Amino acid sequence: MASGLHKSDIANPVLNWIDQRLPVFTMMQKEYGTFPTPRNFNYFWNFGALAMINLLIMIATGIFLSMHYTANTALAFDSVERIMRDVNFGWLLRYVHANGASMFFIVVYIHIWRGLYYGSYKKPRELLWMLGVTIFLLMMATAFMGYVLPWGQMSFWGATVITNLFSAFPIVGEYIVTWLWGGFSVDNATLNRFFSLHYLLPFVIFGVVFLHVAALHITGSNNPLGIEPKGPQDTLPFHPYYTAKDSVGMVVYFAVFAALVFFFPNMLGHPDNYIPANPLVTPAHIVPEWYFLPFYAILRAVPDKLGGVLLMFGSIAVLFVLPWLDTSPVRSMRFRPVARIFLFTWLASFFVLLYCGGKPAEEPYVTLSRVAAAYYFLYFLVILPLLGRLERPLPLPESIARPVLRGGGPLPAGAFAKPMEKA
Amino acid sequence: MMRSLKSLALAAGLLAGFGAAPVWAAGDHSAPKLPEVNFPFEGMFGHYDYGALQRGFGVYKQVCSNCHGLRLLSYRDLRQVGFSAAQVAAVASTVQVQDGPNDDGQMYERAGRASDRFKSPFANEKAARAANNGALPPDLSVISKAREGGASYIYALLTGYVDPPAGVTLMPGMNYNTYYPGHQIGMAAPLTSDGQVEYADRTKPTVDQMARDVASFLAWAAEPEMEERKSMGVKILIFLAVLGGLAYSVKRKIWAHVH
Repeated sequence: MASGLHKSDIANPVLNWIDQRLPVFTMMQKEYGTFPTPRNFNYFWNFGALAMINLLIMIATGIFLSMHYTANTALAFDSVERIMRDVNFGWLLRYVHANGASMFFIVVYIHIWRGLYYGSYKKPRELLWMLGVTIFLLMMATAFMGYVLPWGQMSFWGATVITNLFSAFPIVGEYIVTWLWGGFSVDNATLNRFFSLHYLLPFVIFGVVFLHVAALHITGSNNPLGIEPKGPQDTLPFHPYYTAKDSVGMVVYFAVFAALVFFFPNMLGHPDNYIPANPLVTPAHIVPEWYFLPFYAILRAVPDKLGGVLLMFGSIAVLFVLPWLDTSPVRSMRFRPVARIFLFTWLASFFVLLYCGGKPAEEPYVTLSRVAAAYYFLYFLVILPLLGRLERPLPLPESIARPVLRGGGPLPAGAFAKPMEKA
Repeated sequence: MMRSLKSLALAAGLLAGFGAAPVWAAGDHSAPKLPEVNFPFEGMFGHYDYGALQRGFGVYKQVCSNCHGLRLLSYRDLRQVGFSAAQVAAVASTVQVQDGPNDDGQMYERAGRASDRFKSPFANEKAARAANNGALPPDLSVISKAREGGASYIYALLTGYVDPPAGVTLMPGMNYNTYYPGHQIGMAAPLTSDGQVEYADRTKPTVDQMARDVASFLAWAAEPEMEERKSMGVKILIFLAVLGGLAYSVKRKIWAHVH
């Protein structure tokens, strides 16, 4: 063997030849084949893979949609309807793409919840978590700009409201807004740049997802017990165990997705977006897409515009520093009986915000949003830092293998028999 | 210490729960409840009633089209609801459309063809408003998707004209409608008497029937792909059910010796 070539175990001579020069097959085998994965994942651990699939679906459908879409204020609405009526399976592409955005947020919200509940953000996975929050932020920007493209009433007025938020910043605010618009109102220049960025950002997301996965493969996955695997008895090779388990989740995911696309394609959208954009007619209630509602509620909970904007951005920013706010060394909420209750209350506050964000800014929704928003921040900024010191967690299990192999009796022969191998 | 912490947490949880309760109870009482119409195209296996769509097109053509366009549809799309090529050509030829320029550089008028888009009744928005007391009759191409309640709302609106209740003064030129947001609508009741539209089949053209038929027609106009979509959806769900069973069995088999 020539020096400098990778030593490959691949049997197929052609693949072996490639693998010696570019060991992608070895890498795939290492990262997705034999990759040691905690043996005790529950189905919450499906959602990372599901998010990846969802991203690919969005990029694939988006590329085909963009072949027929026209980013011009006079033509955008009609070009979308042309896709719906005249492009072969255009309705399918568009409904998959539109509902795919909702599915993406459902999947990612569950994925984030998994991280919060099982403490996946804690050392050594802080950077992994922060990359995830970055993906979430990029997703929100991409989804927002995508919703503007059909140029319906909600597209136009949503864009107007959200871009206007930046005018809250003193001195530079107005300049930022003009710069974002590319003019003095939301108009053709805005639509064009939003289309351009909406095409660009998913590939940025893809890049950050790659870093997210790369970081994951350094630290390895967390698991429902929140304790690190101590040896091969605690792990299973990713394939076939988790490829099989992910496949089950994937089918369920596709079933939910299909139910939305084929039977309720417009349920999560707003009827007003089937009215062409009209700068002279303001809709009675301007509401963003459902996945932004919790943050919209936080924005409206503050009587001061700048305060609301800062608090809304703060609600995401706080996630970035979460690894340092949670002072407890115990990851999984299974062993944190007090923190668990506060976390479920936080989940309730999130749903209250989601609900209130879709309602008009009147009582009782305003007060309710304020209480929920206050708790949202209280949990991260006060409760979590204090609980780490005050709470007495339940005793942690000795290893992953023990509680999984129930009964507490002696482990079956062979469980520890495999010699330690370097992963 | 632990105990008080836990009860504090529980209290916080309960408070949040109670806080949310009245909101769910409050509900939305601004819009009146729409009547149940039970269109055949609702539900997973929904199908359009082609007779109703054809009658509904008649209502649109004779009544609605005087003010409302259908600009996203072409005349040939009517083939999908069961009209023959000759019938479609006849419908299209009743309008004059501008075409050109010809070899002399002149624009000219010609009779409509099946491939033309539906001709809108007004040249532009200003003309439409001028002819309608300042109100703009919306284009109906996607109206059933653009209104909360869809076809049921259209039916309710068309049959919802009543005398204004005591104490309500209508603005000049406005009409009172139970289901229109704000109740004052520029459009006068379009369907006023039984037999207003002549039906080719034996169905009796009552106001209720006409409203039902034109609501069905407009639902089709907004979602001509619906039947194909739902039948594809049923097939895909069946496929996923089988695939899900297989995937789950495979998973069980692979994991059998692990648990």
